[in-house]
Amino acid sequence: MALINAVNLSRSFGQTQAVDRLNLSVESGEIFGLVGSDGAGKTTTLRLLVGALRPDSGSASICGFDILTQTDSAREKIGYLSQRFSLYEDLSVLENIRFFAEVRGLELKDWKPRCMELLKFVGLENFTERRAGQLSGGMKQKLGLASALVSRPQILLLDEPTTGVDPATRQDFWQLIIRIVAAEGMAVILTTPYMDEAVRCNRLGFMRSGRIIAEGTPSQLRDRLEGQIIEMQTNAPIALREQVLKIAGVQDARAFGDKLHLRVAPLEAQQVIQQLHSLTGGANPRLIPATLEDVFISLTLSEEAGSHD
Amino acid sequence: MNSRLFSIIRKEFIQIIRDKRALAIILIIPIMQLFLLGYAATNDVRNIPLAVYDQCRCAESRSLLDAYRAADYFQLAYSVSSEDEIRALIEGGKARAAIVIPPDYNTRLAKGDAQAAFILDGSDPTSASTAYSAALLIGQAHSTNLMMENLQRAGVNTDRLQQPLEIRTQVWYNPDLVSNYFMIPGVIGMILFAITSILTATSVVRERERGTIEQLIVTPIRPWELVVGKVTPYVILALINTFEVLALGHWWFGVPIRGSLTLIVATSGLLLLSGLGIGLFASTMANTQQEAMLTVWMTLLPSIFLSGFFFPLEAMPAVLRWFSAIIPLRYYLVIIRSVMLKGSGLSSIWMETLALFAFGVVILVAASLRFRKRLD
Repeated sequence: MALINAVNLSRSFGQTQAVDRLNLSVESGEIFGLVGSDGAGKTTTLRLLVGALRPDSGSASICGFDILTQTDSAREKIGYLSQRFSLYEDLSVLENIRFFAEVRGLELKDWKPRCMELLKFVGLENFTERRAGQLSGGMKQKLGLASALVSRPQILLLDEPTTGVDPATRQDFWQLIIRIVAAEGMAVILTTPYMDEAVRCNRLGFMRSGRIIAEGTPSQLRDRLEGQIIEMQTNAPIALREQVLKIAGVQDARAFGDKLHLRVAPLEAQQVIQQLHSLTGGANPRLIPATLEDVFISLTLSEEAGSHD
Repeated sequence: MNSRLFSIIRKEFIQIIRDKRALAIILIIPIMQLFLLGYAATNDVRNIPLAVYDQCRCAESRSLLDAYRAADYFQLAYSVSSEDEIRALIEGGKARAAIVIPPDYNTRLAKGDAQAAFILDGSDPTSASTAYSAALLIGQAHSTNLMMENLQRAGVNTDRLQQPLEIRTQVWYNPDLVSNYFMIPGVIGMILFAITSILTATSVVRERERGTIEQLIVTPIRPWELVVGKVTPYVILALINTFEVLALGHWWFGVPIRGSLTLIVATSGLLLLSGLGIGLFASTMANTQQEAMLTVWMTLLPSIFLSGFFFPLEAMPAVLRWFSAIIPLRYYLVIIRSVMLKGSGLSSIWMETLALFAFGVVILVAASLRFRKRLD
C-alpha cells in the first residue's frame, strides 16, 4: 500500500495554477524526488500534502488518513522539513528539538534519550546548548531533520533540504536520509532543483507548471530521451554552439563548462559526428549516455513546444 | 495538565526571557507612561505667565496686582509699557494672559467705577478657561474687599454684614480635584489593553513571519492550544504591569484604592479578554508584525479618545457617544475609577462588568473562528 497518495491535486493562487491535477504515490522505503525549477509547484505540492494549504480540488492521503478530514491522524505520521529554516532561532538546539518532541506527544522519560540519539545521529550532540540562530546553514538543516524525525514518522517530506548547503554537508545529509529510510522503512518525498541529487532518489517526478511531466526511476527517465547526446570539448562554447545548431539533425545544444552537449535525432548521430570533425573550435566529439539534465531539458522543451500549439 | 499546552507556554516564556530588550521595554513602558501621564497630562493649571501693563503705577494698582500675585494661578512674569508689547509676548507664547490697568485707575476707584482689562490667549482653551475663572474670581474678591474697606471707613460695622446667599460646595471622592485621581486608574486600563492586544498580535504573527508556523502546522497542536499557549505568558506579564501601576499609583501618586483589590483584578481580567481578542483578530489579518502592530493601533486610538480616558463622554457629540458603546476600555474605566476612588462594589458596576465580559467573549469567539492553523 502506498503511504503517500495524491489524486488530481490542484491548487491555484489567483491566476497562477501552482499545482495542476497532480497524481502521486510513494511507498514504504522509497525516496521520491520532485525535480523542477523554481516556481514549478514543488513547495506547494508538499504544503498540500501536509495540509498547510487546502487544495482547490483533488485529495491526498497519508498512511490511509485523508489529510482534509483526518488531518490530525495524518499529521501524526508526518515529519516535515520546510524550505525556509522554520525552527526557533532564539532557542537552543536542545530546546528546539525538545519542543517538537513534547508537542508531538513524547513522554517526559522518552524525549531526552530520543533527542540525544537523533542529535548524535545528525552530528549535533556537541552543540546542544548553542542557539539555533548561530548554527551554519548545514547544521540548521540537520537540526531540522532531527526535529522532523523525533516522533518516528512514517512519512518524511523534505523541501529542498540541501539548497544553500556546502557540498560536504550535502553528502552527509544524503547519507543520513538513506540510512534512516533503510532503517525505518519510511516513505520520503524530497524536492530539489539539482540533477546530481535527483540521481540518488529511487524514483523521480519532473515537475513543470504544476504538473508531473515525466515519472520513473532515474534510468527509466534517461531511456525516455528521444535521440542521442554528443559531447565535445571546446574553449569557445558560445561561438561553437551557433555553428553546430546549423548542422542538420542537431535538435539542441547546451554548454556545460568547457563542453558542449548536442542532442541529435536518433540514427543521425554518426552523420553529425562526421560533420563536427570539420568544425574548428571543438574537439573529440563522441556519443555519451544521456544525463538526467539532458532528459529534463529535452522534456521541458518539448512541453513548451506542445503548449504553444 | 495538557502537556502540549504546557510546552508551548514554556517555549514562549523562554523566548520572552531571551529577548532581554523587549522584556525590559514591556516592564518599563507602564512605569514611563504612568509618570508621563501622572505629571504631564494634568488639567490642574498653575503659574500662568501674566504680562502686566500698569499705566497707573499707584498704591491702588499695586494692591490689585498683589491680589493676583497671591493666588498661585498666575505668575507676574512680565512688566510692559505698551499694548504692542503685550501682543508680542502673547504671540510669542511667552505670556498666556495680560492685565491692563488704565492711568486713571486710582481716581476712578475713588469714584467707584474703576475698570481693569484682562486679556487671555484663547488658543489653548484648557488653560484659558482656568485663567478666565481665576481672573474673574480674584478680581471680584478684591472688589469685595475694597467695598468692605469703604464701608468700614464710612463707619459701618462690617462684622454684622453677611452675604445673603452662600453656595456650599462639597466635592466627594476627590475633594482637592487632583487630576491624577482621574488619570491613573485610566492609565491602568490603557496599559493593560494596549500591551495585551499588541503583544498577542505580534507574537502570533511572528510565527508566520519567521516561517516557524510551517513546523507548527504539521504538529498535532490544536489551534486553541496554540492561541492559549502563546498568550498566557503575555497575560501574566500584563497582570504584573497592572500591579506595577497600581502600586506606583497608590504609593507614589497617592491615589486611593478604596474598593476591593480582588474586584479590580477580576475586572482587569475581563478587560484582558478583549485585548487578547482584538490582538488575535488583528493577527488573523496581518502577515508581518508591522502590519499587526498598525492594525492594533487602529483600534487603540479610538479606544483612548472615545473611552473617556482624556475627555468626558458627556462632552462628545451623540454619534461618538453611541460609538463608544463598542469600546471595551470605556466600561473598564467606569469600573476601575468607581472601585478605586468611590470604593464601589459589584452591585453598582454590574452593568459595565457584564458589558466588558460580553465584549470580550464576542471578540474572542470571532477571532478564534477566523484563526486557522494553515498558511492560506
